[in-house]
Amino acid sequence: MDFSSIVSALPDLLQGMLLTLKLLVFAVAGGIALGTLLALARLSSNRLLSFLAGFYVNYFRSIPLLLVITWFYFIVPFMLAWATGKMHPVGAFASSLVAFMMFEAAYYCEIVRAGIQSIPKGQVNAAYALGLNYHQAMRLVVLPQAFRKMAPLLLQQSIILFQDTALVYAVGLMDFLNTARSRGDITGQLHEFLLFAGVIYFVLSFIASRIVLRLQSKLAVGQN
Amino acid sequence: MIEIRNISKWYGSFQVLTDCSTKVDKGEVVVVCGPSGSGKSTLIKCVNALEPFQKGEIIINRISVGDPKTDLPKLRSHVGMVFQHFELFPHLSIIDNLRLAQVEVLGRGREEAGEKGLALLDRVGLKAHADKFPGQLSGGQQQRVAIARALAMDPFCMLFDEPTSALDPEMINEVLDVMVELAQEGMTMMVVTHEMGFARKVANRVIFMDQGQIIEDAAKEEFFGAPRSERAQHFLSKILNHC
Amino acid sequence: MNYHWDWGIFFKSTGIGQEIYLHWFITGLGWTVALSLSGWLIAMLLGTVLGVLRTLPQRSLSAIGTAYVNLFRNVPLLVQLFVWYFIVPDYLPEPIQTWFKQGLKPEISGFISVVACLGLFTAARVCEQVRTGIQALPRGQINAALALGLNPWKTYRHVLLPQAFRIIIPPLTSEFLNIFKNSSVASLIGLMDLLAQTKQTAEFTANLFEAFTLATLIYFTLNMSLMLMMRWLEKRVKVPGLISLGGK
Repeated sequence: MDFSSIVSALPDLLQGMLLTLKLLVFAVAGGIALGTLLALARLSSNRLLSFLAGFYVNYFRSIPLLLVITWFYFIVPFMLAWATGKMHPVGAFASSLVAFMMFEAAYYCEIVRAGIQSIPKGQVNAAYALGLNYHQAMRLVVLPQAFRKMAPLLLQQSIILFQDTALVYAVGLMDFLNTARSRGDITGQLHEFLLFAGVIYFVLSFIASRIVLRLQSKLAVGQN
Repeated sequence: MIEIRNISKWYGSFQVLTDCSTKVDKGEVVVVCGPSGSGKSTLIKCVNALEPFQKGEIIINRISVGDPKTDLPKLRSHVGMVFQHFELFPHLSIIDNLRLAQVEVLGRGREEAGEKGLALLDRVGLKAHADKFPGQLSGGQQQRVAIARALAMDPFCMLFDEPTSALDPEMINEVLDVMVELAQEGMTMMVVTHEMGFARKVANRVIFMDQGQIIEDAAKEEFFGAPRSERAQHFLSKILNHC
Repeated sequence: MNYHWDWGIFFKSTGIGQEIYLHWFITGLGWTVALSLSGWLIAMLLGTVLGVLRTLPQRSLSAIGTAYVNLFRNVPLLVQLFVWYFIVPDYLPEPIQTWFKQGLKPEISGFISVVACLGLFTAARVCEQVRTGIQALPRGQINAALALGLNPWKTYRHVLLPQAFRIIIPPLTSEFLNIFKNSSVASLIGLMDLLAQTKQTAEFTANLFEAFTLATLIYFTLNMSLMLMMRWLEKRVKVPGLISLGGK
């Protein structure tokens, strides 16, 4: 094992990591936002809306993420062209980001839904009694409490998402793993680069899950 | 038969048993009572090594329980135990509950074990329920099955850990009746219970425990006639008034 | 933008012998199922052993289980696959190494790498479920089994595991479905699983909407059938008179 060329590759690897993190942050933000809307739709009294949201969730939960990433890479340019009438060059980053957002939204939706359902019905009644309408009750009373409760689960899901970002290898995006692999190929030190990448992923995920555990026990105490 | 010599036990730095000594002779019925948290359940679990103890010695039929060389499964297979929450195996039918250890521990054939099991179920009045599952029986029925399960191993003594305290009042007697019958047949028994009626009827001796210590260890007549310690008197008056 | 819709594409010849494109999907599905089931077998066996280890009172043994779970849950699946595919074969002892690299067809050695990867990855998840299942059982069950003279091995075999597995069927179901989805990483090292066949069809025919639609339909149907199968299993092993085992 010879780890010498990793040092000279560090700037590249850092670039790769930045891309991974950028993808992660946007996907988490978009996924949670879309997931929350889906959760509200699933819980809505409008049968059609709730059916459609339910279908969306079940659909994305039953197909592989890798399929979604690959598919979107192929079709997002077409979709845009149909929508706008012109061909737009869409990079792998944008198509992957859309894929992650839409895919993860299905998973976030289930977490948010459980979170909303865990808030006692009395809270909603109290909000209505004060004269708040549905949107105000959700935005000001239910969601803030629900998000507090489900923060650990949302973070847990985001750690999984962090690991899943490595799948953009399929569409040739130069994220952290792909950078490590390609530098490894060039220098002939593939083993070292892959192990290095593995260690970095492990350290980041491990620390993040420790933080989640801490948060969980803290919230558990706070609820008493 | 069972000899408990100077047993002490700690959970971390908290002492749960302090220097407990007593014995149960062959054919004797000894009732252990005391307020909750007095260590009586812990003591009886030490007897078949379900709880480890740090000091002292327990001898069953000349075998030392605490000796690391002792074959615990073998020893336990000869010491029947009945638990507060029955602890039947919910995934096995009643007859399979009785069969499991006979086959796996004693090496009996399935058929022989089944016959023995049915005979014992008959004895506790539950033969008709042999193919049901524990979840389909009442608490009292489950506890009777649990006694039959222990008897199926041909134990030379029986331990009862609060066998009636998880039962609805109307089911207590059906279990006590089985236990009384067992005592009258000469089974060696150590029974943790608050059922003083049972103690009066069949016990040879009564042990009173408090705060991890044996406060009183006396013949039945003596114990109910005039307990020496104030704590036992106080406990008895509460228990007896309650009944 | 011109796109030529053609839903009949699956029945058209691939130009290779008598083959039609639908054949590609069927072979791909075959690979996906074979990879997933083989991986699942490893995951269940290893995961059960590790889950039991984590419930043992001996610190050193339960630490092995904990370390395994931490390692395999915190490294991305794809990194693990690269390790099994690119690195591990180079460290196999000699006669086996040459056999693995040269004696075996590439798709067979690739298959073995993916199965090892999926199996060991999923074992960490199965381990956690098994541990949770065992710990959900009332403590008295262990005492009752020991008091009857059962040794620890028989206590797990006859009393704890049969109950724990019944409790954890629902979460195990979702891990079982996951391994099918996760098996699609096989396409990234050149195995022709369902996803790879889909991509190939899309590239050959330029009918990528149709190809991917069929693929998602197959995955969706597969998912639903597996779920129904597990529900059936859950009902079959249900114990009469017992609503939930994990009550206490």
